[in-house]
Amino acid sequence: MNITVCLKRTPDTETRIQVAGDGVSIDSAGVKKYIVSPYDEMAVEAALRTREALGSGEVTVLSFGDDAVVEQLRAGLAMGADAGILLRGEVTMDGLATAKVLAAELEGRDDALVLLGVKAADDDQQQVGPMVATLLGRPCVTAVSSFQLEGDKAVCLREVEGGMEKVEVPLPAILTITKGTFDPRFASLKGIMAAKRKPLEQKEAQGAESKLTVRGMALPPARPEGRIVGEGADAVPELVRLLREEAKVL
Amino acid sequence: MSFEGVDFYDVDSLLSEEERMVRDTIRQWVEDRVMPIIGEAYIQRRFPKELIPEMGELGMLGANLPEEYGCAELNNVAYGLINQELERGDSGIRSFASVQGSLVMYPIFAFGSEEHRREWLPRLAAGEAVGCFGLTEPDYGSNPAGMITTARKVDGGWVLNGTKMWITNGSMADVAVVWAQTGEQGDAKSIRGFVVPTDTPGFTATDQKGKLSLLASDTSELHMEDVELPDSALMPNTTSGLKHPLLCLTQARYGIAWGAVGSAMACFDEARSYAKERVMFGEPIGAKQIQQVRLANMMTHITQAQLMVLQLGRLKDKGTMTPFQVSMAKRANVSMATDVAREARRLLGGNGILVEYHSMRHMANLESVYTYEGTDDIHALILGQTITGFSAF
Repeated sequence: MNITVCLKRTPDTETRIQVAGDGVSIDSAGVKKYIVSPYDEMAVEAALRTREALGSGEVTVLSFGDDAVVEQLRAGLAMGADAGILLRGEVTMDGLATAKVLAAELEGRDDALVLLGVKAADDDQQQVGPMVATLLGRPCVTAVSSFQLEGDKAVCLREVEGGMEKVEVPLPAILTITKGTFDPRFASLKGIMAAKRKPLEQKEAQGAESKLTVRGMALPPARPEGRIVGEGADAVPELVRLLREEAKVL
Repeated sequence: MSFEGVDFYDVDSLLSEEERMVRDTIRQWVEDRVMPIIGEAYIQRRFPKELIPEMGELGMLGANLPEEYGCAELNNVAYGLINQELERGDSGIRSFASVQGSLVMYPIFAFGSEEHRREWLPRLAAGEAVGCFGLTEPDYGSNPAGMITTARKVDGGWVLNGTKMWITNGSMADVAVVWAQTGEQGDAKSIRGFVVPTDTPGFTATDQKGKLSLLASDTSELHMEDVELPDSALMPNTTSGLKHPLLCLTQARYGIAWGAVGSAMACFDEARSYAKERVMFGEPIGAKQIQQVRLANMMTHITQAQLMVLQLGRLKDKGTMTPFQVSMAKRANVSMATDVAREARRLLGGNGILVEYHSMRHMANLESVYTYEGTDDIHALILGQTITGFSAF
């Protein structure tokens, strides 16, 4: 049983993002490090655990973007994926364009499961997984925190507001993975060395036309300074009130 | 912000993709596994043994030895970067890995029998067994040729007697690589290496008490009283005396030269962020000239050190590295790191003496690192001899 994981190259989540001079893109000069988007990394972990549990099958990591994305595919291979595919082309904010590129590649493959992160760490759109599923005409479960295969079905636990939901879908299916059980493993050093010997296919992406135009980007306003509401035990009621009513964290 | 290291000279561009991946992986591992526990382990004077299985699983132990024996077979630059990142966490963690890899696995690989290799290397690589290295004695540190530990040939084997001191991993080790003289005392050419399972009768280890440095490390004394070993315990390729243990030390010192860069980076990183945030006299202390000079000196010296070890690693990978070059790097970089740690601790002011900051822990550790594996002075004399041709020790 084969699994393909779609992963995205995103700036490290600790990056202090700066808007570029054009006002509609991120200043890449300010990005010191790129990573596999953390939810996608969980999807890689989910795929590897599934393969390990089954004792057979191949895990392929698939991505769309420029040559630099090879670094993230190698990271997936170092974690333990068997093969990588890079679809070369320009990634835009248009989730549908990305989904079409990925679906065109996935269509010809025999994956029982296609896994993606629930969302990309950079644009946070949560579009690509469900769109890929729609384009392929396969069932999709989003925000899966754990799943198990039972015969030709996947039984998924989903996070819903205030609780969990158990969902079953026939394979082949698309799952988008969220936090829960799939804490990504560290790539072993042997895995890193093996990664460069694993197959990594590169080809041109098909059909990446974007219909979405970014009109502007802005950083959030600076946070107001902290407030001291008082000192000692006397200040506690006021602090609790503010936490409940203003900050709404209690 | 998590730890970023120092890369003022774009040293990253001199590393291969795999080398960077190895470095980043170990950096993240240290961030996730070592940093949350190291302060407490240090206070408790305990080596965090719980880290060993994962260090093995990820391939950090003996990482530059062949895959055939369960190792990762990395090049020496990647191996150096592992040391750098581990010592960014704590010198004790790096010492554990150095001893296991360079002082136990390396000699078993290079001088042991095939049987020794098959028996020990995969388990040591996986972290299922721990090793230690017994060369130094209470009265013979810088002068190991004078050792009084003896191995006497008897029918069918050897009998070892003697005491070894300052032995990292000693109390938790499953196997010890022990060096003993097989001839008269002072006959350095008669020194041979033995692979000694620590459960052999007559072999005991005791924790060394009273340390004020390397507290998160197992430092022990080894006692051997009529330890009977079969002939097969002798490492067959240790045929020319002290040369063999010194070859091991060259391996370990190579890693130390890298490790020192890591501890210095940790201190600089802490000092830099503290200087930007700590407000005194109405502005961050980083706005004061004196702290800026401190930080400028630290970053300069770290950059020099990292370029030195990178070139040393390239020479090692090419097979042309000399022990004298290793002496220079061990001495220069550890000395640099002791200075950086002290300056960082001073920049941190009163907070700098607390365990929740890392610089003083590094500062205290580095005094051991400065002294072990060839003191700063001895390495200076080795270089002096290389320059002039005269031995001064």
